Amino acid sequence: MLSFAFRRFLSAIPTLLILIALAFALIRVAPGGPFDTEKQLPPEIEARLNEAYHLDEPLYQQFGRYLLGLAQGDFGPSFQYKDFTVTELIAAGFPVSLKLGGLAMLLALLAGISIGTLAALRQNSQTDHVAMAAAMTGISIPNFVLAPLLVLLFAVTLRWLPAGGLGDGGIANLVLPVISLALPQIAYISRLTRGSMIEVLRSDFIRTARAQGLPGREVILGHALKPAMLPIVSYLGPATAGIITGSVVIEQIFGVPGLGRYFVQGALNRDYTLVMGVVVFYGVLIIVFNFLVDLAYRWLDPRVKL
Amino acid sequence: MAAQAARRPNDDALLRVEGLSVSYPGDHHFSSPGAQMIHAVRDLSFEIMAGETLGIVGESGSGKTQSALSVIGLLPETARRKGSAIFSGRDLLLLNEAKLNEIRGSAISMIFQDPMTSLNPHLTIGRQMARVLERHQGVSRQAALHAAAQMLDAVRVPDAAERLRQYPHEMSGGMRQRIMIATALLCKPQLLIADEPTTALDVTVQAQILTLMYELQQELGTAILLITHDMGVVAGSCNRVLVMRDGKMRECGSINKVFYESQDSYTRELLAAVPRLDEVQTRRLAVVGNAPAKGGAPDSRPSGDTMLMVANLDVRFDAGRPGVFKPKQYLQAVADVSFELKRGETLGIVGESGCGKSSLARGVLQLVDVHAGRVALLGEELGTLDRRRLKQKRRQMQVIFQDPLASLDPRMTVADIVSEPLHTFFPSMSRTRQLVKVKAILERVGLKAEHMNRYPHEFSGGQCQRIGIARALIAEPELIICDEPVSALDVSVQAQIVNLLMDLQQEMGLALIFIAHDLAVVKHISHRVMVMYLGRIAEVAERSDLYESPRHPYTQALISAVPIPDPKIERNRDRTLLQGDVPSPLEPPSGCAFRTRCPLADYRCAAEMPGLRTLGNSLVACHHA
Repeated sequence: MLSFAFRRFLSAIPTLLILIALAFALIRVAPGGPFDTEKQLPPEIEARLNEAYHLDEPLYQQFGRYLLGLAQGDFGPSFQYKDFTVTELIAAGFPVSLKLGGLAMLLALLAGISIGTLAALRQNSQTDHVAMAAAMTGISIPNFVLAPLLVLLFAVTLRWLPAGGLGDGGIANLVLPVISLALPQIAYISRLTRGSMIEVLRSDFIRTARAQGLPGREVILGHALKPAMLPIVSYLGPATAGIITGSVVIEQIFGVPGLGRYFVQGALNRDYTLVMGVVVFYGVLIIVFNFLVDLAYRWLDPRVKL
Repeated sequence: MAAQAARRPNDDALLRVEGLSVSYPGDHHFSSPGAQMIHAVRDLSFEIMAGETLGIVGESGSGKTQSALSVIGLLPETARRKGSAIFSGRDLLLLNEAKLNEIRGSAISMIFQDPMTSLNPHLTIGRQMARVLERHQGVSRQAALHAAAQMLDAVRVPDAAERLRQYPHEMSGGMRQRIMIATALLCKPQLLIADEPTTALDVTVQAQILTLMYELQQELGTAILLITHDMGVVAGSCNRVLVMRDGKMRECGSINKVFYESQDSYTRELLAAVPRLDEVQTRRLAVVGNAPAKGGAPDSRPSGDTMLMVANLDVRFDAGRPGVFKPKQYLQAVADVSFELKRGETLGIVGESGCGKSSLARGVLQLVDVHAGRVALLGEELGTLDRRRLKQKRRQMQVIFQDPLASLDPRMTVADIVSEPLHTFFPSMSRTRQLVKVKAILERVGLKAEHMNRYPHEFSGGQCQRIGIARALIAEPELIICDEPVSALDVSVQAQIVNLLMDLQQEMGLALIFIAHDLAVVKHISHRVMVMYLGRIAEVAERSDLYESPRHPYTQALISAVPIPDPKIERNRDRTLLQGDVPSPLEPPSGCAFRTRCPLADYRCAAEMPGLRTLGNSLVACHHA
């Protein structure tokens, strides 16, 4: 167990280095620079700015400087929001994104697993067909199409919910973003659950449980749910990545001041350090999450050796 | 049959089934409702008295499992049932799910064939057992676990309290079947339905489990409905037998009546098809539905030239990566095995699962890395050949596998499957000539030329195995290794395949290595037999010597564990029952590997590994034989 954690920690280092190098290269390949504005800056001022932010150094030196800072937990200053460090910006944006993403993930799991289980229990019934058709639709519609449609219906036409922003931080403002973010995941998780639940329900040990006189609810919850969850747990890694990328779009559409919004702004403004910071931060988050998924897997299936 | 019909229903019956029929709608996507029904069970009537054992025997597809499952309502939802099943005054077929759940697991329990898959791998043993008691007797978790531990003691599971915290995968198959039985008996049921309870187990473990079931029955007075395909198991354990075929009852009566005075032709054919360990003369096995074929069993060992020479073969597998404090572990699958095989000879290899039979086969075929030792086929040492020459050499050694369907590519036609070795070994042969050869070999193994363009799933298990044999034979090999070729087949089909292999051997002068766990089948087909235990040879001898005067205590125990399909003989045998399971090959015992289960073991066996020595006509690895 400890040795597993240690091995995973070691293997995470090269993964992160590759991620950082790729992000570093990509953002610098993009045309333009952090200090391009509509009005051309005087060349001497631009030179001074570049010097102040070490952009005049050769790339390998900049990369080394960045890694050195990272090793000390320093993401560097933001080029655009000049009074803030990237660390401060992440600290400001992440709680909002976490709330949004966490709620979306929770909703996706609860709804997805329930719908999938229900469909599996009534296999080939009307319920099953409707649920799976809806799931297929959910997977097919991108969230940047879905979100404006939801706004149009619930905010503009019905006026039940606010169209954007965080307002006073109440739950009403989060309903539409969370639903738009969760819907594709609900669709995917319910399909996964249905498939694995059907397979588990056919297995010999479920027949044993039924032969023991356990009522249906107990057979499902006590015997079938845990093994049926294995594919869903494996999917949690990709699901997290999906919610993070989804949140970049959704935060932009609903004007939610989360990390995704900073990321988009940062990319548009060529705010090198901010973009790098968000990429590294989310990279670490996904690596940690995948590690937790492996632990959960071990708990669900005692045959798995770590 | 007339006598059966006249028998009056007995009112003391614990369970009385009358006119039971089970049917399934045919392919419901493409046919109108009710258009075609598949009948799994037709008009079946039987009864079980309190405390007795009724055996239901039949081959696969005979409806034996379907009838048992329908009694306790475990059939798939698409099944239609007719008839009645009266159990303590109530018709089980009319009860709703909730009422049925009160009976299932409490008054009627069931155990299943495969103990590996019938326990939930995700829950501890304690949790699975406790749930049954909590549900049926409303006791607390604590009390349930206590009772579960007691029941595990009763089925002789050592360290019961410890086992409750373990998961199924941490235990052997025999141990899991004991746990299944313990769980089924927790609520002291009146009826235990056992669906092939020992089919997936080794004979030694089968003997332990059957004895255990018998003792518990004596103690608790539970009636047992024993579903099996094994006439030997029936002969040893049942009071009455019901023979089924194609969903219908062929015969039902007391054990002696069915075995000795059967009125039914199918029952008699079935009994004749079973290879028997107690027969002095070997014969061709009778085949159901056909007249007994001509004689011609393997006689004494052929004295041809040496085909295969295996010397000090050693096969080991990596078992886990080395840790900081532990060295790299090996699983010694085959250790120091030597033998010779002559043209036209059959060597049978037997032993419990995990004894290294299949690893030995793979080592000989060079399908796994051989750690040490030599294998020479027709004087050419395989270990020294380069890849290209080894590939050519493989033409001379072919293999037939256990699972007939799984060993055929489902997306290839029979012609493609059978002609594949020709592509490999004779790439220049024209397609027309290949097909001529395919046609000839298919007809030789008892299939028809028109089968060539069909796919494997369209064939029965026995036919699939014939396709596998045709594939092995088409490149005209010298040596064929048969790895459990008949263990997945029904008795009557098994007889056909065994006869076919013996005929082909005589015709083509093949050398055969026949691996099986069924000692009776091995006895029928082999000239010499090799008994393996934990990767080593325990005993090798000519067939008659090995079966008539086994020298090694392990051989003796194996032979005595095989049930004989004759009630009088089976019930009056002296048994040396082996205790426990095969030790883990990762930590083999010191000295003689068998000493942990051997009745003769003493200090010397722990200190010194016995080498093979000659005793009479046998080679035996035992200090005390």
